[in-house]
Amino acid sequence: MDKRVVFRSRWVPWALLAPQLTIILVFFYWPAIQAVVQSVFLQDAFGGHLQFVGLENFEQLFGDPLYLNSIRVTAVFSVAVTVMGLVISLTLAYFADRALKAKLAFRTLLIWPYAVAPAVAGVLWLFMFSPTLGVVAHWLKNFGVTWNHLIDGDQALLLIVLASVWKQISYNFIFFLAGLQSIPKGVLEAAAIDGAGAWRTFRAIVFPLLSPTTFFLFVVNIVYAFFDTFAIVDSMTSGGPGQSTEILVYKVYHDGFKALDIGGSSAQSVVLMVIVIALTFVQFRYIERRVQY
Amino acid sequence: MRRLTIGAVAFAAAGAFSVPSYAVTEIQWWHSMGGSLGERVNSLADRFNKSQSEYKVVATYKGTYPENMAASIAAYRAGNAPHITQVFEVGTATMMAAKGAIMPVEKMMTDAGEKFDRAAYVPAVAGYYTTAKGEMLSFPFNSSTAVFYYNKDALAAAGVSKVPETWPEVAAAAAKVKAAGAAKCGYTTSWPSWVHLENFSAWHNVLFATENNGFGGLKGKLAINTPLHEKHMANLADWSKKGYFEYAGRTSQGDSKFSAGECAMFTGSSSAYANVKRNAKFNFGISKLPYYTDAPGAPQNSVIGGASLWVMAGKPKGDYKGVAKFFSFLSQPEIQAEWHQGTGYLPITLAAYELTKKSGFYDTNPGTDVAVQQMIVKTTDKSRGIRLGNFVQIRNVIEEEMEAMLAGKQDAKQALAKMSSRGDELLRRFERTAQ
Repeated sequence: MDKRVVFRSRWVPWALLAPQLTIILVFFYWPAIQAVVQSVFLQDAFGGHLQFVGLENFEQLFGDPLYLNSIRVTAVFSVAVTVMGLVISLTLAYFADRALKAKLAFRTLLIWPYAVAPAVAGVLWLFMFSPTLGVVAHWLKNFGVTWNHLIDGDQALLLIVLASVWKQISYNFIFFLAGLQSIPKGVLEAAAIDGAGAWRTFRAIVFPLLSPTTFFLFVVNIVYAFFDTFAIVDSMTSGGPGQSTEILVYKVYHDGFKALDIGGSSAQSVVLMVIVIALTFVQFRYIERRVQY
Repeated sequence: MRRLTIGAVAFAAAGAFSVPSYAVTEIQWWHSMGGSLGERVNSLADRFNKSQSEYKVVATYKGTYPENMAASIAAYRAGNAPHITQVFEVGTATMMAAKGAIMPVEKMMTDAGEKFDRAAYVPAVAGYYTTAKGEMLSFPFNSSTAVFYYNKDALAAAGVSKVPETWPEVAAAAAKVKAAGAAKCGYTTSWPSWVHLENFSAWHNVLFATENNGFGGLKGKLAINTPLHEKHMANLADWSKKGYFEYAGRTSQGDSKFSAGECAMFTGSSSAYANVKRNAKFNFGISKLPYYTDAPGAPQNSVIGGASLWVMAGKPKGDYKGVAKFFSFLSQPEIQAEWHQGTGYLPITLAAYELTKKSGFYDTNPGTDVAVQQMIVKTTDKSRGIRLGNFVQIRNVIEEEMEAMLAGKQDAKQALAKMSSRGDELLRRFERTAQ
């Protein structure tokens, strides 16, 4: 006997899907199509003058060494944020899971930063690293390091990486912790009986069993580094000094909303879209194969 | 990103439809005046509304200048533009180029039969918003200019007896401040491009861009690749290396470095006065911008920052009568003088300046007239103001290259050459969209 629930009507499934589809169409497909359309036009801010220019906006982008620089900055930034974020939170989760005392307190404290808005996180870090007044900057001076992220591009990049990683650690931590707790105790005990040390257990058992979680977080973190770090960049460096922290999404915002160059900004968002689609494809095609569910 | 636009439009639409319509005509005014300035704006609208019964001005805060501009443009594209919107000075060329989208203020005033006298306005202020033919396109509202602030206590402690008037004197004073430990840093600045290139050019009576800084047409190019500009940039780099000058960032970050007592001298907007006065725990003075004595024609006049009120096109004729009445209300010397004295913004009419002077305000608040003194001279073609398209991006380019120079990645000559070539590309791009 067929126990599946089957819709007899043709339109009921569509009606049930409609709200979700509408949201996707209005908030995802429509803007994406708009971006593609606007990227082949040159127009003034008010839309009074519209001129079809074909791929000129794109040619200009890729002929611009600064845009290529922005791609490079984004690559460095997102790899740094993802790798550092995952490594640190996995380490923390591993130890929080094994902690014997004050387990709950550790966990609660580690989850806190997630409740902080990105812009606020940016300002917090800015205070600590303020070249003349900041606690950390003052402390670094004792070690002979002159901290001035307003002029030094590498320091500015490091600063937004730190703030972005800090902001994301809680999120990663929760997932890693849940992943660790779902590893059957029996497997770990068996390993202990076999004489495996902590590191060996981690490498041979815990890490492979965590791989679905790690893969999921990997994808989420890349997307986070590409898009959600916007507020941190905006509040901390606004892309400067020079263009050393101008990641792609910030440049889209700046050129489109502050500078009102709609054609150029749309072309950039199309490029960004293509990059993210490509990355997601690569992740699912090649990396997911190594994941053991 | 695009969601923001939709949100803004939806919000604008909701705002437009949710208001019940009475016989009173509503005038929507979008602005970027937060905090205590916002309260002043509301008070202006209230007083106008009480002064007559035909029109009601509704003032709405729409975020920062760029945010309000983006919101107004999105609303215009959706057919829901406000009557009046406040646009900052770097957006001026964009607004001027949007011919069908704006209603020239002078035309609106004369059409509505309101009194309008070009000569009543401070030339260096009104000139910024006036076409080559002399027609005033937008209504100057809050204008400031760059001035020099100094910490009297710190300079005295460092043994600087004379207020620095030239750039070499500023450097010498900064060196003394550092040596004596009178403050952590000698000199800093807010708005680096505005102060050190835009105002710098006008103050030395040299061009910032060709075609009279863009007033003459859209074909202008940046004209900052000169020995004078190079000397100043090279000095800034040198002073930064020696620790006399501390770079604070691209916007108003310098204000708080000065008012916190961190830096002994700073150049910033005259409208920072109220905040500095409230926060500074030391005696401070304001004087004119420093200059180079070997530049002929310096000091000339400085240029303005701040914003003006633009009237959007496509509203019913009757509405414009109300807007015109409101602008007449705002132009009254008493209102202008009150705004000028309370905010540190420049008086926009000569009558308001005279009224303030007569009231003795400048005597009891020394330094508040410096900005006016810098502006009230007769302007030249080189110093009238700057009107360039894509100016937001150009400023960004200038500040990026300046930062790379201060970081020691390039020298002043290379920085200026890059500013010019990158800036010119943006100008050409704007020229094409504006045709």
